[in-house]
Amino acid sequence: MATEKKSILIVDDSELNRALLSDMLYDDFNIIEAENGMEAIAILKERELEISLMLLDIVMPQMDGFDVLAMMNNKGWINNIPVIMISAETGSAYIDRAYDLGAVDYISRPFDERTVKHRVMSNFMLALKQREMSDLLVEQIYQRERDNKIMIEILSHIVEFRNGESGLHILHVSTFTEMILKHLVLITDRYKLSQADIKMIVNASALHDVGKMSVPDEILNKPGRFTPEEFEIMKRHTVEGEKMLAAIPARRNEPIVKVSAEICRWHHERWDGRGYPDGLKGDAIPISAQVVALADVYDALTSKRCYKDGFPHEKAIEMIQNGECGAFNPLILQCLGDLQAELKEALHNNSPTETFDSGARDNVEHMLKASGSDVSNRTIQLLEHERMKFRFFASLSREVMFEYVASPEMIVLTDFSAEYLELPEKIPNPAESDFASRVFNKDDFNHLMTKIKASTPESPIVEGKYLMTIRGEQKWNKVIVQALWSDTENPVLEGALGKCLDITEETEELQQLENLADKDQITNLLNARAAKHKISNLLAAPNDYLYAMVFFDLDNLKRANDDYGHLFGNKLIKTIADRMIANTRTSDICARFGGDEFVIFMRYKDEHQIDRIFHALTEEDLDGFPVRVSMGIALSNECDGDYDTLLHMADQAAYAVKKTTKNAYKFYNALTEAEKKLTQ
Amino acid sequence: MTVQEAYEKMGGDYEDCMSRLRTDDRIKRFLQRVADDQSFNNLCENLKAHNMEEAFRAAHTLKGVSSNLSITRLCKSATAITEVLRGKTEYSAEFEPYLAVVKQDYELTIECIKSID
Repeated sequence: MATEKKSILIVDDSELNRALLSDMLYDDFNIIEAENGMEAIAILKERELEISLMLLDIVMPQMDGFDVLAMMNNKGWINNIPVIMISAETGSAYIDRAYDLGAVDYISRPFDERTVKHRVMSNFMLALKQREMSDLLVEQIYQRERDNKIMIEILSHIVEFRNGESGLHILHVSTFTEMILKHLVLITDRYKLSQADIKMIVNASALHDVGKMSVPDEILNKPGRFTPEEFEIMKRHTVEGEKMLAAIPARRNEPIVKVSAEICRWHHERWDGRGYPDGLKGDAIPISAQVVALADVYDALTSKRCYKDGFPHEKAIEMIQNGECGAFNPLILQCLGDLQAELKEALHNNSPTETFDSGARDNVEHMLKASGSDVSNRTIQLLEHERMKFRFFASLSREVMFEYVASPEMIVLTDFSAEYLELPEKIPNPAESDFASRVFNKDDFNHLMTKIKASTPESPIVEGKYLMTIRGEQKWNKVIVQALWSDTENPVLEGALGKCLDITEETEELQQLENLADKDQITNLLNARAAKHKISNLLAAPNDYLYAMVFFDLDNLKRANDDYGHLFGNKLIKTIADRMIANTRTSDICARFGGDEFVIFMRYKDEHQIDRIFHALTEEDLDGFPVRVSMGIALSNECDGDYDTLLHMADQAAYAVKKTTKNAYKFYNALTEAEKKLTQ
Repeated sequence: MTVQEAYEKMGGDYEDCMSRLRTDDRIKRFLQRVADDQSFNNLCENLKAHNMEEAFRAAHTLKGVSSNLSITRLCKSATAITEVLRGKTEYSAEFEPYLAVVKQDYELTIECIKSID
C-alpha cells in the first residue's frame, strides 16, 4: 500500500454525522465531505479517480442517496468506487434497494467506531486487491500478446532469411494490410470485418510466404529470370504454405490458422481470375488474401531485391493503378489511392520492434476498454497534475471561468470566479440560479444555453456579448464557450467550458467612435450616412406611423459667405441647426446633409406642424441677415418604405420652391406634373 | 456535572455511547455539537411553515444525531415524529403533540449538555 493516505468521501446532510465519521476515520484516511447528493456528484465528477471509498446517507436534500447511486451507475463510477450506505433507515426495502443499485455494504446508526473502521477498512482493502489483481492481469495479457507476436515474427523471419530479403518485408506487408483493411471498412460495408477480424488478418499476414520454406535455395535465390519449370516450382509456395498450416494437427480449426492458410494459398490470385494456384475470380478470393496480395506487390515494387532496384513510392502506385502488376479489386485500389500519403510515411518510418510493441500495447488497451476495467495510479497522478495546472492558470488569469455540466445540470465556477462573483462554486439547477438571473439576466442566459445546445461536435465553440452584472457593476462581457460533446456515434452534449472577457472599455470606446462618426462636424446634427441608417430603420419598422421627410436648403448661404465671410456662414448654419433642435422632439431626426442642405424626419400630424417649424426656422433674422429656406415635404405613405425615393420626392418639392418663390414650403403631393419633372 | 451524570439526567445510555465512541473526550466534543445542531429549530420552523418534506428531513436528522450519541429519550421522541411525518404532504394538527414531546426532551438534553463541566 502506498504511504500517502487514500481519500474517502463522506456524504451526509448532517454536519454532526460527518464530523463523527471523520473523527473515527481521519487517522487512516484523507476525508472529503459533501452535504448533499448534488455536491457529492460534483466532487465525484472532478475527483473520481482519487476517491477510494464512499460513505453515503440516504435521506438528503437536493439529491438523495438513491439518486446518487443511480447517477454513479449511469456514469460507471460505481465500478471503481465501493459505496457503503450509512443511514438511520433500517427498513429492509431501503437496504435491498441500495444493494441493488451497487452499494457494497451497509452501516446502520448509531455508529460504532469499531464497526465503522472495520467495514471501511475491509471494503477498502477488497477494492484495492481487486485493483491490484486487474493490474496483474493486464500485465500478463500484455506479456502473452507480446510473446505471440514475437513467435510469429521469428517464424516469418526464418522465411525471409532464406530468401535473403531485408527482414522488413513481413513487417511492411502487415503494416500495409492493416492500413488498407481499416480504410476499406470505412468506404464500404461489403466485407463484414470487425476490429478483431482485422487484427487477426494482420497477424496472419505475417505467414503469407511460409510456403517458401519448401522451395529449393537455388531457385528461391536465383538472380536471373526463372525457367518455366522453375516458375512452376516457385508458384507452389502458395499451396505448400497452406499444407503446412493444415498439417498442424490439433489447431487447424483455430480461426487464426484458417485465415493464415487462406492467405498462403490465395495471395497470388488475381481479380480477373488469371492468378494462381486456383484461378479464383473477384470476391471468390477471400478479402484477407486480396488485401495481402496488394500489400505484397506494393512492398515488392518499392524494395530492392537481388534481381532489381526499388521503385519510388509514386511510381509503384502508378504501376499498380495502371494494372502493370496484376489485377485488383477496385475498392482496394481506391484504398491505395486514398492512403498514398500515409503509405509513403509508413514505408519510411517502420522499425520492427517499435511496431510489434505498439501492436501489443494497442491490443491490451483494447481489451481494457472492452472489459471496462479501471485505470492505473499513473493516470490518476496525471489527472491530478492536469487539474492543478488548470487551477493555477485559472487563478492567475483572474477571469470569470465556469464549467457547465449537463447531467446533473449544474454550473461549476473556478475558485477565483466563485469568490469574485460572491457565488458558491457549485450551482445546481443553473437556469433558476443567481448566476443566470443576477450575473447574466435570464433571457441572456437562456440565449447562451440555446446557442451551446445548438453547437455541433465539429464546431463546438460559441460566443456572445452580454451585459452582465459583476460585483454590482454593469459590464459588457464577451462570453466564449466550448461545448463538450461525447465521443460517441450519436454525440450527446456533456457540458461546456466557458470564460467571460470584460469588454466594457472596448465597447465604450467603440460606441464613442461610432457616435463621432455619425455627427456632422459643424452642427453636431447627424450626418447624411447616419440619418439614412436611422430613417431606413424607422421606415422598415413594422408599424403604421405616418412620417414626414422635410428637406430644405438655405436660400442665401452663398451670399452670407460672400458678403460676411465663412465664419458668418458657419454661424448661419449653426443657427439653423439650433433652431431645428429647439423646435423638434428628441425622437425626431435632424440631420445636415452637407453644404446648405438639411433634413428633418418626424412623425407627421398635420400641415400646421410643418408651418410652425418653417416659421420657427425663418422668422428671426441673424444679426440683421435674413434666414431663408426652400423646403419640400414628402410623406412616408407615398414612398413604399424606400428611403431614397422619399428623399428624392422631398428634394423635388424643395427644388420646385427654390425655382419659384423661394422661402416657402411645398408638399410633394401638391406639385404639378411639370414641377415633378424639374431636375437639378 | 460529569458526562455520565448528564446522560443519566437526560435519559441517555452512557454505557452504550461509550462502547461505540470509545472515549469520554470524543463524547463530550460531540455533545457540544449536538447543542449547536440546527435540526430541532429546522423541524419547528418547517412544521410551522407547513414544509412537510423539510420537516421530515429535520426530524430524521435529529433522530440520527441523538441515536449516534445514545440520547435515548430524545431519540425515541424524534423517531416517533419522524415516523408520523414520513410521506406526509399536508400539515395536520395531530403532529403538534409529537412536537411537544420532542421539544421537552430536546430542551432537557440541551440543559444537561450545557451543565457538563
